[in-house]
Amino acid sequence: MTQLLTSINNDHDALNTYILRMADNGLILGQRLCEWCANAPVLEEETALMNTSLDLFGQARNWLNYAVDRDQRLQDCDAIAMLRDERSYLNLLICEQDNGHFADTMARHYLFDVWHRLTLEELCHSHDETIAAIAAKSVLEVRYHEQRSRNWVLRLGDGTQLSHERMQTAINNIWPYVAEMFDQDQLEMELMAQGIAADQTIIAKQWHDLVAQTLIEATLKTPPESYNQMGGKQGLHTESLGIMLAEMQSLYRAHPGATW
Amino acid sequence: MYAQMVDTGVKSLKHRSEMSADEQAFMARIDNESKIEPQDWMPDAYRKTLVRQISQHAHSEIIGMQPEGNWLTRAPTIKRKLQLAAKIQDECGHGQYLYSAAETLGVGRDQLLDQLHTGKAKYSSIFNYPTLNWADMGAVGWLVDGAAIVNQVVLQRTSYGPYSRAMIRICKEESFHQRQGYEILLTMMQKGTPAQKDMVQDAINRFWWPSLMMFGPNDDASTNSAQSLAWKIKRKSNDELRQMFIDQTVPQLEVLGCTAPDPDLQWNPETGHYDFGEIDWSEFFNVIKGNGPCNKQRLEKKVKAHENGTWVRDAAQAYATKQQAGAATKKEAS
Ligand SMILES: [Fe+2]
Ligand SMILES: [Fe+2]
Repeated sequence: MTQLLTSINNDHDALNTYILRMADNGLILGQRLCEWCANAPVLEEETALMNTSLDLFGQARNWLNYAVDRDQRLQDCDAIAMLRDERSYLNLLICEQDNGHFADTMARHYLFDVWHRLTLEELCHSHDETIAAIAAKSVLEVRYHEQRSRNWVLRLGDGTQLSHERMQTAINNIWPYVAEMFDQDQLEMELMAQGIAADQTIIAKQWHDLVAQTLIEATLKTPPESYNQMGGKQGLHTESLGIMLAEMQSLYRAHPGATW
Repeated sequence: MYAQMVDTGVKSLKHRSEMSADEQAFMARIDNESKIEPQDWMPDAYRKTLVRQISQHAHSEIIGMQPEGNWLTRAPTIKRKLQLAAKIQDECGHGQYLYSAAETLGVGRDQLLDQLHTGKAKYSSIFNYPTLNWADMGAVGWLVDGAAIVNQVVLQRTSYGPYSRAMIRICKEESFHQRQGYEILLTMMQKGTPAQKDMVQDAINRFWWPSLMMFGPNDDASTNSAQSLAWKIKRKSNDELRQMFIDQTVPQLEVLGCTAPDPDLQWNPETGHYDFGEIDWSEFFNVIKGNGPCNKQRLEKKVKAHENGTWVRDAAQAYATKQQAGAATKKEAS
């Protein structure tokens, strides 16, 4: 099974690659949020973080099931989640970044949530019916994620001097991973031409407007353009991902063929 | 049971003739099974006992997130991860709900959490045991939530209204957790590899006795228990509840094809109950005193999360104050 997956790791058709990118965003950000368990600043956040993680894993499972339906060689969604190495994961780099402190987590979350919501809204009109259906279901949850993370950007940005500084630093630190969300490779361009993938040029404009508004309201500054980190969608990740996957996959990999 | 050895502050039970008129009226209501509500008169000791019991229960729900959180990032499948995350979320919700019930007695959540963080308040001894393999997620659901339910089903009839209503709501979710935990173990026993079956037996071996200890010490010589029963805060004694739990659990153990680490466990046709061996009470009192395998880590982690969150809570407060001030200025201007 491991060998099988390795051999088809880089052999998905274009549509399945696109589906896996969506799935992996959910898996990886969902996993990051699990790490907050019993570490949150207030009980209400404990439940909210856990709930968001649940939503993201649930969405990931829907995407993965679709990928498996389309390519029987993938067998089942657990094998795809648990047996791929970091070079075969196709999530955006922003999703895998370390939790840091609460402002780091919420900055990462908000910037991703806005992109995620806008992308899913576009995908609701996808010519691929299954994609449209998964997107329609997911977007209801993600709207709520965005509302919540936006609230925290406001509260921390316009809270105390300390929280303001921490949120500004968090935004600055995560900013290099923003551009990748809108960066469309050949594969996405082709799927977009077929009316299947979301058009990131439209989304980028909306995203920048929305985020700029929020940052102003939160008394924060939009970071100046500097360098951008890319490559997650093509399987080129930051070092954070490997360690996280080692933990996530350890039990499954230790018992090949086991039923849980 | 998530509340053990709750101190009633009472050395001996009062006779009716020693009671004030208020107390006699209060006891009459208790005897009639009518619920005591927040605005009603109640003896001070009753109020204090309730606050102790409800907050201990709430703290247990919150600390109980840790042993399960220990396996959340490593859950073996997406389905199991979703189930576990949902369960942990439920437990946290139970904690919040119970803190609200305690608040109706005039003690705020912050104050109660402060007692937990400073080690003044207790939580159930069970959560001071480590979770060492995945089957522990099954064993905790089946045995720990199972033991909690036995107690909490009875507590649905507890005399204090808000606590009783909290129990009714919480019990539904706890039974779900128990079935889910059992299903984790059943899957591993029926479809699992030899290594997985070993995990299940190992988990049961480690959690069996600590689960029985959840019901607290034996009834004899427990004034606290007697007073709580008279007030109908408790409805059944520790030993009665423990026996109920054993009687319902052993047949399930047999279906699993596992054994309990108790050579004296056997069906007694004369009593119609299972006999079982002597609990190691020295271990129980040691854990209660803070010397269990994880007492220190559990509390440290909770305190650290709280301290690390101070600046976030301060910021939320500052933001809310600014928003209110802003709204007030707008109102004045218009
Ligand atoms: Fe609970
Ligand atoms: Fe539970």
